[in-house]
Amino acid sequence: MIDQFVIPLLKIVVVLNATLLGVTYMVLLERKVIAWAQSRLGPMRVGPYGILQPVADAVKLMIKEDITPVRADKWVFTAAPIISMVPALIVYAVIPFGPTIHLFGRPVSLYIADVNVGLLYIVSVASVGVYGIILAGYASNSKYPLLASLRASAQLISYEVAVTLTLVSVILMARSLSMVSIVNAQYNAGVWFAFVQPVAFVIFFIGGLAETNRAPFDLPEAEQELTGGFHTEYSGMRFALFFLAEYANMIVVSSVATTLFFGGWLRPFPNVAALHFLDVVPSWMWFLVKSFVFLYIFIWVRATLPRYRYDQLMRIGWKLLIPLAIANLVVTGIVKVLIG
Amino acid sequence: METPAVHHGAMFDTNELVINMGPQHPSTHGVLRVVLRLDGEKVVDADVVIGYLHRGIEKLSENRNWTQIILLTDRMDYVAAATNNVGYCETVEKLMSIEVPRHARYVRTILCELQRIASHCLWVGTHAMDIGAMTVFLYAFRERELILDLFEEFCGARLTYNSMRIGGLPLDIPPGWDKKVLEFCMIMGSKVDEYEELLTHNRIWLERTKGIGIISGPDAVALGLSGPPLRGSGVPRDVRKDEPYAAYDEMTFDVPVGSAGDTYDRYLVRMEEFRQSLRIIRQATEGIPEGPIVGKVPRLIKPPAGETYHAIESPKGELGYFIVSDGKSTNPYRFRVRPPSFCNLQGLRALIRGHLVADVVALIGSLDVVLGEVDR
Amino acid sequence: MGQAIAFYTLAAFILGFAVLVVSTKDTVHSVLFLVLDFLFVAALYVLLGAPFLAAIQVLVYAGGIVVLYLFVVMLVNLKRPPEAHQDPHRRTKLGFGLAVAVLLELGAIATYGMTRTGSPLVVPGTNGPLPGNTEQVGWLLYTSYLIPFEIASMLLLVAMIGAIVLAKREL
Repeated sequence: MIDQFVIPLLKIVVVLNATLLGVTYMVLLERKVIAWAQSRLGPMRVGPYGILQPVADAVKLMIKEDITPVRADKWVFTAAPIISMVPALIVYAVIPFGPTIHLFGRPVSLYIADVNVGLLYIVSVASVGVYGIILAGYASNSKYPLLASLRASAQLISYEVAVTLTLVSVILMARSLSMVSIVNAQYNAGVWFAFVQPVAFVIFFIGGLAETNRAPFDLPEAEQELTGGFHTEYSGMRFALFFLAEYANMIVVSSVATTLFFGGWLRPFPNVAALHFLDVVPSWMWFLVKSFVFLYIFIWVRATLPRYRYDQLMRIGWKLLIPLAIANLVVTGIVKVLIG
Repeated sequence: METPAVHHGAMFDTNELVINMGPQHPSTHGVLRVVLRLDGEKVVDADVVIGYLHRGIEKLSENRNWTQIILLTDRMDYVAAATNNVGYCETVEKLMSIEVPRHARYVRTILCELQRIASHCLWVGTHAMDIGAMTVFLYAFRERELILDLFEEFCGARLTYNSMRIGGLPLDIPPGWDKKVLEFCMIMGSKVDEYEELLTHNRIWLERTKGIGIISGPDAVALGLSGPPLRGSGVPRDVRKDEPYAAYDEMTFDVPVGSAGDTYDRYLVRMEEFRQSLRIIRQATEGIPEGPIVGKVPRLIKPPAGETYHAIESPKGELGYFIVSDGKSTNPYRFRVRPPSFCNLQGLRALIRGHLVADVVALIGSLDVVLGEVDR
Repeated sequence: MGQAIAFYTLAAFILGFAVLVVSTKDTVHSVLFLVLDFLFVAALYVLLGAPFLAAIQVLVYAGGIVVLYLFVVMLVNLKRPPEAHQDPHRRTKLGFGLAVAVLLELGAIATYGMTRTGSPLVVPGTNGPLPGNTEQVGWLLYTSYLIPFEIASMLLLVAMIGAIVLAKREL
């Protein structure tokens, strides 16, 4: 009874709260890191060193007037940000933060569920998230947000193909679709998959940048463009939900990259007994640190690189990344058959 | 293998979309309005609408005396105000045949070149930010602050200097100022390298600027472009070399000239101009002669009847002043400016055709227009 | 018992949404109900012990195909001019004919299915049936149904090339 309901419920509560907190603090992290890259300080006033800035932002957005365009489709208009946010959150059900540990005498697995098609679940849920963007543009009942949203969603579904192909290479290496098995496979192989599949990792990361509409692929939401983007008509909390969804997606991509390519919760060199002293750091801490490194790289890239034009962006996705991913898959397959 | 072109006109009818950009827009660098006619994403035609910042400077000057007009010239190209001042003062000096002492000419050169660097800093920052590299903006403005500090020490203002007088300077440079200028030169060299590191060989930057907005040399001349847009297309015209003014005839420097005439070449030309300006400043500061700051100027400035045109090389291009004096009053009869941004903006329409909407901001940035100058 | 409740609830939702798909006046709402329908069908697959198919259903159908439906619906103006001299009962007759055809097909599938026994897939060489839905589907696709699989891929390739040829302005 407890194992079936209470513990998963507790896990869900913990993960959800941690995620939402993480997402709001991502906003602060981004502002700070970009500021430091630009010889500035970032938010400093609210709380010591600006730590309470997300609280201020949250309060501001919640008390803002909620404007719905008169002729917008009310149901769809309200649903769009929710459709954007929910997939980003439910993906956490299969992400493993650590192995099964013992808490209070019970074996507790540090993941909510180990679905044996876990990776496929993540990809399919992510593909539903596209609807949020399309419907946001449509529900605004205005030409330019609609076109912008269609562009943004076309970008998303194009890069989804490349990303999914790289995931197949990882599945070939791990021989399983379950996230926990993939980490265990890295443990058994004694090497993180990023070193065995560098091409797949690079394509995955670039695709992840494009999937989350982050620089250098953020043209659809860049303010310098004519069309104000798919979220022009949104204000207040709904607008906040879109951006929280974007940051949540970023955290998801980082977590998935960590799990698939960098050993998830494994410490560096998990099979080397000499480094046993590193075990004092709990497994979930390793996971969080690695995810944090990826998040930092996301922000770093945004501060540094100019952005691609839309047609260049699509060209890279279709003409460069997809053929590369397929080639990588073929090579992986051949090597697997020959070496086993 | 030849495939006959299939005419899709009837099946997929694409209407042309008319989109308005500005006058309030983050990337048009001022109140510029561009009305684009799009076919899908391609710009078929563009109509540039200006005049939103017209303040009647030319008409106002007809009611001001010759010294008061210096204040008005500040506000045209407000990014490079000292250059405007120098151009105007030199035009009046030409009409009145006043000789400016060498010391003053050297200081004018230093200020003009500092102004060129400041203007290019702003240009590189905003151009890069439009294309998405937002960090360069902050770095460039950090350096611009150093220049503005130098100016503030000299004439007390940061943006609109009023730093020239007819016949010379209003005041001499403060003691120790030239050492600060040399220190600045030392810092700036490495900073320009920093900008180049972030942009010049960056693949994304290259894709966004190479081949965008190509204009050939003859076309550029026909359109009346000047400054980096002209030099980027391979035409080696620089007023500082061709018709030297201030102390430029005593300076050694190179004029960077591009070849392809695209946005990337215009970018490279301006980046090299950074370095050449530093070179000139060093030469001028180290070799600055002693002397008076103002030449022989009558108490009441009344140029003889006549008209004259004089041009200088502002950071944006050839800045020309045409003044007509009737010899009797202390105000000009006619005061006309040839603003480089106005003439360069003419090229926007020719440059934009055939490009995508996302290139429009890159092209406006590449031409480096300041609306204060365009509209006056 | 629990499974039966789950099944009937899901079935009720699926059928309800399907009815809404055809009865809603707004085309975009119709497509959105279709998405919901597919998601519930995926839930049904999970209930039937086929998680791989469920994920693929969401990924391909709900997340890919219907997105493209949505693109088309949003971009194309669907107001068709009224056609004159048309048989006013044409739609009813067509609908009735289609419904009868589908019913016959369902009957045929049902009778065919009843004559076969559903046994788990046994792979020669391994001990017992294959684990997991993914492995079973994979095995079937690459052994018994290899030729239809390849033909389906060719079909998709042809469709893609056709779309590119139609939409591209110059080749």
